[in-house]
Amino acid sequence: MKIMVAIKRVVDYAVKIRVKPDKSGVETKNVKMSMNPFCEIALEEALRVRESGLASEVVAVSIGPVQFAETLRTGLAMGADRAIHVEAPENIYPLTIAKILKALVDVEKPGLLFLGKQAIDNDQNQTGQMVAGLLKWPQGTFASKVVLDKEKQVATVDREVDGGIETLCLDLPAVITTDLRLNQPRYATLPNIMKAKSKPIKKFTLQDLSVEIKSDLEVVEVTEPPKRKSGVILSSVDELIDKLKNEARVI
Amino acid sequence: LSTLVLAEHEGGLIKNSSLSAVEAAKSLGGDNSISLLLAGSGHSLKEAAEHAASSHPSVSQVLIADSYKFTYPLAEPWAKLVHLVQQSGGYSHIIAASGSFGKNILPRAAALLDISPITDVTKISGSNLFISADCIIRFVSPVPVPIYAGNALSTVRYTGSSPCMLSIRATSFPVASETADLKSNAASIDQVDLSTLDEDESVAKSTYVKLSAQISERPDLGNARIVVSGGRGVKSAENFKMIDKLAEKIGAAVGATRAAVDAGFVPNDLQVGQTGKIVAPELYMAFGVSGAIQHIAGMRDSKVIVAVNKDADAPIFQGAIIPQRPYIPQENTLRPNILVADYGLVGDLFDVIPELLEKLPEKK
Repeated sequence: MKIMVAIKRVVDYAVKIRVKPDKSGVETKNVKMSMNPFCEIALEEALRVRESGLASEVVAVSIGPVQFAETLRTGLAMGADRAIHVEAPENIYPLTIAKILKALVDVEKPGLLFLGKQAIDNDQNQTGQMVAGLLKWPQGTFASKVVLDKEKQVATVDREVDGGIETLCLDLPAVITTDLRLNQPRYATLPNIMKAKSKPIKKFTLQDLSVEIKSDLEVVEVTEPPKRKSGVILSSVDELIDKLKNEARVI
Repeated sequence: LSTLVLAEHEGGLIKNSSLSAVEAAKSLGGDNSISLLLAGSGHSLKEAAEHAASSHPSVSQVLIADSYKFTYPLAEPWAKLVHLVQQSGGYSHIIAASGSFGKNILPRAAALLDISPITDVTKISGSNLFISADCIIRFVSPVPVPIYAGNALSTVRYTGSSPCMLSIRATSFPVASETADLKSNAASIDQVDLSTLDEDESVAKSTYVKLSAQISERPDLGNARIVVSGGRGVKSAENFKMIDKLAEKIGAAVGATRAAVDAGFVPNDLQVGQTGKIVAPELYMAFGVSGAIQHIAGMRDSKVIVAVNKDADAPIFQGAIIPQRPYIPQENTLRPNILVADYGLVGDLFDVIPELLEKLPEKK
């Protein structure tokens, strides 16, 4: 079985973001970019499945401008066997990404598609569900545990839901989106970074895949959220209780 | 305008978050007929439908999908159901609360309808302009970062074809308490024709196994008036019982940071934060919480935030005015960062909680 993993390049999680003065978006120029942390978890899970002998190949795919190939190179250094880069403009919406991924699945025919549950730049949390819908595959979103049964061709997935942990059984092929507690992604070691330089990255264009960019959303402005008024440091529990009772009137 | 609200029910009752979705539908304005879509099977669905019919004065119709396939809220049949209902009903808007139910189902349904949905809407101004809690969230940083950026807000206009699909942040659309006699003008209840549900071959490809839930008698974290939460500073699952005790005394829900969940102090469904639950209670009390941006994103809309932490430099205190007091040798300073806590107490939570337990009044 082949596993496909979708990877997004985002502003590094440790970077302090700045809203552009013209309110057109968040500054991404001269900012450190990295693999979306949830995508790292997705890739790690795929690698572990391969290492356990249940999959033969891990293919990392990414959709975006030319720099996205660098992020794919990181994925190859972590251990992906090969990569596919679909050249596309930045900031295309999840529905278009899902259509592109479906087209790639039609070419590659993987038995599993792993994605992060959301990208930390726009937090939309849509792509995995959408590609599952388009493929008519079952979906296991927000996975915190994945167990594959090769004989029965099913995946048992623990999902982090509002009320606790939900367990589902999915027929393969399936789409699984990964949550924080699924695993701890590995670091790429220097020998693997060197090795990754010779691994293939195949390029596709949107025309190759016959996908058109559809944009039904227009960003009017991006602003900073309203600030809270400044608080005070109190000296004692008595003062706190007094403030809560008589100033804030919440107890 | 006509809006379809995807509703969740439990124990024969519509969930509050789904009623928030009705509020959001109402704020689309104008002449809007609102239909609630419920799915399930048997008696519990019937009960929930009756509750739904008189749950909110703005609801004019309740649609029910009654099938064993909906005994559990699986995304595959639900997405196809939304597709079917939209084809026959031609709604202008489809809304769900953005809990794990809505996040799981709405995008899948949107893909079947070839629509780009908008996630986590916090404000609606007009029927096609939305503010979505957008942009960067960050995870617990390896070093305390003194300067923090908050999230950004993105205002989005929908320019596509009908339906416009939204998931809404329930805490941003509180349910108004209605005084009208709802029983007398209950909405009609209609069955959805499910004969073509199986056209989607994915419907039979997922099966529900189980839900491992924490049974708690405390208020639901998402709707509680008071939330008491603990972070890494609580140090152990054993110590977390102090947080439980305090919550019990004042009738609060218990929350936790990602660090506390990852350390195994509490189960994951208590996590407050951008990737956990978003809460906005009247009072949020944080003990041993440093104030990682990822956590702040989940509670910053609380009306009053109290923070107790040993570390006076913890980010959760950033922006607090530190008065001149003998024990803090600092001048009044206003630190120009994000302002989190309204009331801060620099002290050991293991001293402060017992004192609070002793001095705070019992829940009303």
